[in-house]
Order: sequence, then structure tokens, then C-alpha cells
Amino acid sequence: MNIQNPPKDGTKDLEFEELESVVIRFAGDSGDGMQLTGTQFMASTALAGHGLSTFPDFPAEIRAPAGTTFGVSAFQIKFGSGRILTAGDEPDVLVAMNPAALKVNLDVLREGGLVLTDTGSFTARNLQKAGFEENPLKDDTLAKFQVIELDVTTFTLEAVKEFDLTKKDAIRCKNMWTLGLMLWMFSRDRIPIIDWLKAKFENVPQIANANVAALNAGHAFGETAELSIELKRYTIPTAQTEPGLYRTVTGGEALAWGLLAGAKLANLSIMFGSYPITPASPLLHILSRLKEFDVTTFQAEDEIAAICSAIGASFAGALGITSSSGPGIALKTEAMGLAITAELPLVIINSQRGGPSTGLPTKTEQSDLYQAMYGRNGDAPMPLICSHSPGDCFYTAIEAVRLATKFMTPVMLLTDGYITNAAEPWKLPDLDALEPFPVSFATTGDAEKRDHVPFQRDKHTLARTWAKPGTPGLEHRIGGLEKDIKTGNISYSASNHQKMTDLRMGKVAGIVDYIPKQEISLGKSDGPLVIVGWGSTFGPINQATRYATNEGLAVSHIQIRHLNPFPKNLGAILKGFDKVLVPEMNKGQLASVLRDKYLLDVLPMSKVSGQPFKVGEIVHKIKELLEG
Amino acid sequence: MNEQISPEKLTAKDFASDQEVRWCPGCGDYAILKCMQRTLPELGLRPENIVFVSGIGCSSRFPHYMATYGFHTIHGRAPAVATGIKLANPDLSVWVVTGDGDGLSIGGNHMLHVLRRNVDLNILLFNNEIYGLTKGQYSPTSRQGTKSPSSPYGSVEGAVSACRFALGAGARFVARAIDTDQKNMPDVFRRAHENKGASFVEIFQNCLVYNDQVFGEFADRSVAKEMQVHAEHGEPLIYGSDNDKGLIFNTKKMCIETATIGENGVTEKDILVHDETNLSLANMLVALEPPQMPVVVGIIYANPAATFEEQIFGQAEERKAIVGKGDLKAIMSAGRTWTVT
Repeated sequence: MNIQNPPKDGTKDLEFEELESVVIRFAGDSGDGMQLTGTQFMASTALAGHGLSTFPDFPAEIRAPAGTTFGVSAFQIKFGSGRILTAGDEPDVLVAMNPAALKVNLDVLREGGLVLTDTGSFTARNLQKAGFEENPLKDDTLAKFQVIELDVTTFTLEAVKEFDLTKKDAIRCKNMWTLGLMLWMFSRDRIPIIDWLKAKFENVPQIANANVAALNAGHAFGETAELSIELKRYTIPTAQTEPGLYRTVTGGEALAWGLLAGAKLANLSIMFGSYPITPASPLLHILSRLKEFDVTTFQAEDEIAAICSAIGASFAGALGITSSSGPGIALKTEAMGLAITAELPLVIINSQRGGPSTGLPTKTEQSDLYQAMYGRNGDAPMPLICSHSPGDCFYTAIEAVRLATKFMTPVMLLTDGYITNAAEPWKLPDLDALEPFPVSFATTGDAEKRDHVPFQRDKHTLARTWAKPGTPGLEHRIGGLEKDIKTGNISYSASNHQKMTDLRMGKVAGIVDYIPKQEISLGKSDGPLVIVGWGSTFGPINQATRYATNEGLAVSHIQIRHLNPFPKNLGAILKGFDKVLVPEMNKGQLASVLRDKYLLDVLPMSKVSGQPFKVGEIVHKIKELLEG
Repeated sequence: MNEQISPEKLTAKDFASDQEVRWCPGCGDYAILKCMQRTLPELGLRPENIVFVSGIGCSSRFPHYMATYGFHTIHGRAPAVATGIKLANPDLSVWVVTGDGDGLSIGGNHMLHVLRRNVDLNILLFNNEIYGLTKGQYSPTSRQGTKSPSSPYGSVEGAVSACRFALGAGARFVARAIDTDQKNMPDVFRRAHENKGASFVEIFQNCLVYNDQVFGEFADRSVAKEMQVHAEHGEPLIYGSDNDKGLIFNTKKMCIETATIGENGVTEKDILVHDETNLSLANMLVALEPPQMPVVVGIIYANPAATFEEQIFGQAEERKAIVGKGDLKAIMSAGRTWTVT
């Protein structure tokens, strides 16, 4: 149990010295280096042995005008003594580097929480840009909070004076000064951060030294300062986790490594075709660096070319993979149909974001489930799976490769902007323990035994044979036109089309026999209420279920990984509960799919604000449903 | 089983599939198909190492009639699919068959990029200046004023020139052929195959049903000699029934003009000598249009450069030479890790 402060109503006073978990939100201008500060704080947290979860929350604009509210970039981290599943509902500590950051984030801060501000940035001009009529440090705006006002700008300039930086460069060290203070506050080791700074600015030692000086100065300030509000040091027990070697991992990294691992298990090279799009691009960036692996990356001219190149690669005997986000996935739709009818393996990764159209590129959402499930012309079934956390992406990527190659089909892997960018501590997998699933290509020898080898099927999986160009005797033609069920040649026969359509549907439906049964994440296998999650809602649902259970409420949590087909026993499990609640970051898409499939009165719980669910919101809903 | 036969012994029949060819009787596509089936054995290629990739349209049925590997994809996207095939297996001989609608309208973007990247593909664009499969609408290469079901009062759009587009996109190999010209087409195919990189070939192809004789003013046998210039590297650009006409360069107007040898003091020495590596010349040659000017066919531009794949794979090799073959375990445990006991 790691929820010390209750997730809603915030009435219980926080015991600052002995916290089991803490939520900190670093907020500043896009150019203030908040993502970097947060990432480094995360690294120090991980190295200190805490459980943690992060939420990078940044604007779509690369460098929005300085000082404006829409240019505010934030990084939230929750860490503590247990496994941390969400980045936290309400920050306990808000670091606000300017008035705009304060303005935007004040609403989410816990009552009684700590606000640390840089008074040096509270100029009349910045106050006006943030939309404050009065200086909030001077009136009662912050009455509900503990406030530490520090002139970070001046302290930083003083700390880096000796390095002769331009004023602009000197001010940019502010984030390290602040980080230094936070490291002191949470009893963290500065050495790894100092090493990192020296490596990052290897070629500009002056900048490296200035940043180190700022970091040290912030830390020293914590030790020596006497403030009206006493600065305290907090100790948080380390997390009790499974033994092993750990690191922090983002969803993007885990995906990339999972794809590499999956391709190796399948004994295939990867051809990754992609077009830059937020928030899917990290995968393209990571794989592009890994040229020493059996992976070729291709930045295509558009989304359509990206998926088509991947399909071409699969036709030629590699593992084609493409990756995008909602609008890009929409453009790939026709080509998905081609991969379905040509029965070629293909992995399609959708890092979902707010829609429709361009929507909210940097904000998270789960509103592409219908698109993934139904969004193609014709009866075009496609297996779907989803990742529920950054580290989970590694395993779902492998599963996507397994299904695509075993069943000769495109598979869509749904993740989202939150998972792609968020980080969590991750126990490194034992690669040697993963079970290989090597692909066997048809050979000339097969051709000598029988005709039309490329269109013969495995009698169990219904997957057609994969015959790759370069193999004598297996020359064949394939395409988007309907194919004769035996020869693969073009066929306009009505009865053949019926058979082929049934076959394609049956093949995907039959995957159900090759995927794990649905498990219950938490709670009993029947009762008054089950909360069903998919994707990144795992954290808040699991935390909320845990919290409600501790309060004596009978509630279970199940998390669906395989969305098409659903696990065989899912319907039976759901029918064992009086009520089924599906919190999802859309207007009820999984809820309606479940209703359709199982004729159950599934209750949707919707949130599309671009922010993940808060634990408190789900707890509140549980109480409403169970206590009436 | 043809793997027992050495390449020299293969014939056109070994490259023809068992599928019934279903183009309209008299379609120019038949001639191109025959020529391809006849030429491939001469190139020393084996059917299993060849892939024909097409998009959608009449021309895009082509792969079904070849006894090679073939992929009949979706409208306009053949260059992208073919790029993926080459990135998966650069040893394959990959031929893209497309049309003026498929390659320059819906797939114009892919055509642009596959050419500038110089992917090692042989791209055959069958240009008939009309949409055939959808029953006769005007296409991006249709001349302004073309009357069609979707432009009953004449199209108002300017036409794109396939070869000018290709050169503008950075193609390193641009050639032209005429469907009925079985004498010269094999050589164009051979050169396209030999060129490493994107080889762009425009084939003037007659659509008997919807746009008959659209190229008649230069392709018809009765006028061929007077209206076609067959470009050959290092040879003067001479044409005409009596081989007495040629292309000359007017330095004052910076343009190409026609001249008759023996008239107005013009001698054979005044005639432009074709240099297939000269981009400026290529740009001028492809812009010549009837009726005022003859049409230049053959290898108009061939100036090879490093291919996309060899550069992509070269980078991977360089990287492997520095860091060794990728080790996932090492990558995952690099950086900051900690041990929980």
C-alpha cells in the first residue's frame, strides 16, 4: 500500500518527514529545460531504489513565446516505497519556474502542498503574460499552500559568475540550481547527475562546469538556508521489488527493444517504415540509431509509403513494421486492407493521441479503438493488442511479432502518448528465457511435392505459406484483388469470395486458441463490480481498486491485453459480476465493443481531457456504484 | 522445374504465366508484355530473382502475366512497396509497372521520392494519356482540352510531362520507348536493367478504346521516321526518312531547333551529338513535342549515382565495423542500472 495521502478530498495532513510516496511536478517555460530536469530527477529517484512513474506533459509548440501559459511544459513524477503505477493525482510539490507555470498548475496542486517559485521571474511583464492582474505571491492566491519564494535567477547568476557565460546561457542553468535543491530535499546523490552533465556537455566544458556549479549551489542552499518556512528533508523508504537488475525505461525504448527481441525470436530482419508524427516518432529515432542490429529504418515520404514499404519488405521475406499515431494510421488504412488480403505479416504500432483530425498531438487519448477494430473497407479483420505501461511495451511488441508471423496477418499494437513518453523502473528481462518462434519459409523442395505452395495453409492456424522471392519454383503473384482460394490467382467468383471472406474472419477469430486466457489483475473472480481497463488506464484503475479494497469495498480489476480476438474466457468472467465499469480515455469505445460482443450492460466512464485518469476519479466512481 | 536450366536456355515462355491476358484486343500493353517476356531471358535473369510490382490501372495487371514473383498492390503505391522489397532483399531485380494516372496522379508523390532517392528499380510508366480502367476520364498527362466523360467540354488542366517530371525529381536514368517499336524497346529494357539506381522509362502506349491514336502524329509507322529521333550516346541526333534532318542548338535563343543537312549551310558537324550524361541536354530533349518538333526516344539521360540501398546498407556496415554486431542485452543494460537484492 503506497497511498499515504488519500487520492481525493485531500483532508488528511501529510506527514512530510515520513512519506511513503511523493508527487512532484516541475513546471516552466518550454525552453526552461523542465523535461530534462524531470528526467534527471527521475534517474536519481530510480538509483535511490524507489518505485516511480512519470508523466511528461508538454505543449505541441516547440518553443511557444516565453512566459505564456500555453508554452508551459511540465514533468510530473510520483515515487515511493512500493510499485508506483501512476504519476499521481495531485502534486505534493510544485516547482514553478515562472508565473505562467504557477497559473497553469495551481489547480492540480494538493491543498497544503508546497510551492517553490523563482521570484526572479515574477516580473510585471511575466505576470501580465501569464494573465495575473496582481502578483499572486503578494495576495492570497497561494493561501492554501506552503510557499517557498526563492530568487533562483539571482542565485544561479551568482553561482555561475566565474564561468563568463552570456546572461542567456547563465540563466539557462536555473533548472540545475533547482534540481540541486530538490536533490538535497530528497537526500539524493548528486554524482550521477554531475557525471551526466559532464558527458552531455563534453565539448563545451565551460557550460558543463557552470551547470555543475549551479547544481551544487542549489544543493548547498538547502543545507544552509534559513527560510520563513523551514525546508525539510524527506526520507522515503525504498521500494520492495523483485530482485534483479533494473533500469528506467520509456515506452518508446521498450517498444524498440521488444521489436528487436521479437524479430530475433522469429529469426527475421526488421524493415521499419515510418513517417515522423507526434507522439510516435521516438520509436523511429531509437531504431534509426541501432544500425548494428538487423533493422533497416526507412523514413518514408508519407504515412502511406511508410506502411507500403513495410508490406513490400514482408513480401520479400523481412518483418515489415510501421508506426504512427491516429491521423497517420487513418492514411495507412487502405494499405492495411492490402496486407490483410495478401496475408502478409506486418506490425502496425499506433501511439494514440487526442483526436479527431490533428486534435491534441501531445496529449494522450485512447480514442482509436474503433479505428483499429473497424476502420477499413470490406470485412477486414485484424488482431489487436495493447500495452498497459512503458515496460509492458517490450512484451506486447514481442507478442505482436509472434501473432503477425504465426498467422500471416497484420497486427496492430495500440499504445498511447502517455506510455510512449512516460518512464518507469523496469526489471531487465532474461532474453534467453524468451521462447523462440522461428519462421519457416517455403522452399523449392515444397514446390516439388505440391502445386500452388504459397497459397496452401496450415490446417490449424489457417496461415498461408510464406514463400519469398528468390526461391526457385515458388514464383507467384499476389495482390489486392480477390484471390482464388487454391491458386491465389485473381478470382471474381462469388462463391470463392464468400469462402475467402469467411476464411479471413475465421483465421483471426481462431487466434483465440493461441493467446493466454484472461486473468484477474486484482480482486475476486466474481462480485458486485469489476473495472475493466485496456492500455494506459492500468495504473489508475489498479491503484483505485487497491484503495477501494482497503476501504472494504468489493471490487475487482481486469486488464485486457488482447482486444481482437478477446480471450476465450473474458465473457464468462464479465458475466460473474453485477456491474462492469470501463474507464477509458474516449467516449466509451471498449464499453460498446464489449456490449456488442457479450450483450452486457457495460458502464462507460469517459475522460478526454488529454490527461490520464486520476486515481481519485475512479475511486469516486467505485463508491458511487457500490454505495449508491 | 526451371532451376535445372541455365539462364541462357530460358525463353520467353519461361517468363509467361498461365494466366489469360485480359487487356482489350489491340491494346498496346500486349506488345510491351511480349517484349518484356522476350527480353528478360537475354538479360541473364532468372524468374525467381525478379519481382514485378504494380499499382492499379490497366497496366498494373502486368505482374499477373509474368511467371516471376509479382505484387499487384494498391493505387499509386507501387514505388513504395518496391522500395520496401529492395530494402528487404537488394539482390532482387525489381520492376515497377505503372501508368500515367497511377504513377503521376495518385502516386505522383511516391514517384518523386523514389526517383530522388535513386532506389535501384526499373520503373516502366505506360503513358496513354487517359484513365482506361475507370472508362476514359482525362489523366494528368492528357493534353489541355481533352474531352472525356469527366471533362465533356474539354479539360482545362495543363498536362505534366512524365520525363520532365522525372528529371526534375532527380532521376539519374530517363528513357522513352513506343509500344509498337519492338526493335528499340528491348535495348531500353536492357539499359534500364543495367543501370544501378532508379531507371525511369516512359512508354507511349496506345489505348485503342478511349484514346486511340493519341500519339499517332509521331508513333504511327507512316510518320515515324520524320517524327522520331532515336537518341544514342555519342551519335549525332539525326532523323528523317533520308537521315537528312537533325537537332541543332540555337545559342542565341538557348533552344533546340530542327535543321536539314545540306540546307542553309547546315552540315552533319552542326548536328548535336547526344551525350546521355548531360542533364541540360536531357531537359531540352524531353521537352520537344509534336507537331512542331520530333519526339526523342531511347536513352535520354543516364548518369548513375550511388543507389539508396547501397548507402543505407553501407551505413549499417560502417556502424557494425565500429561497434560490432548489435547485442540487445548490452544495449538494455547500458547506462544507469541498479540491482535489487
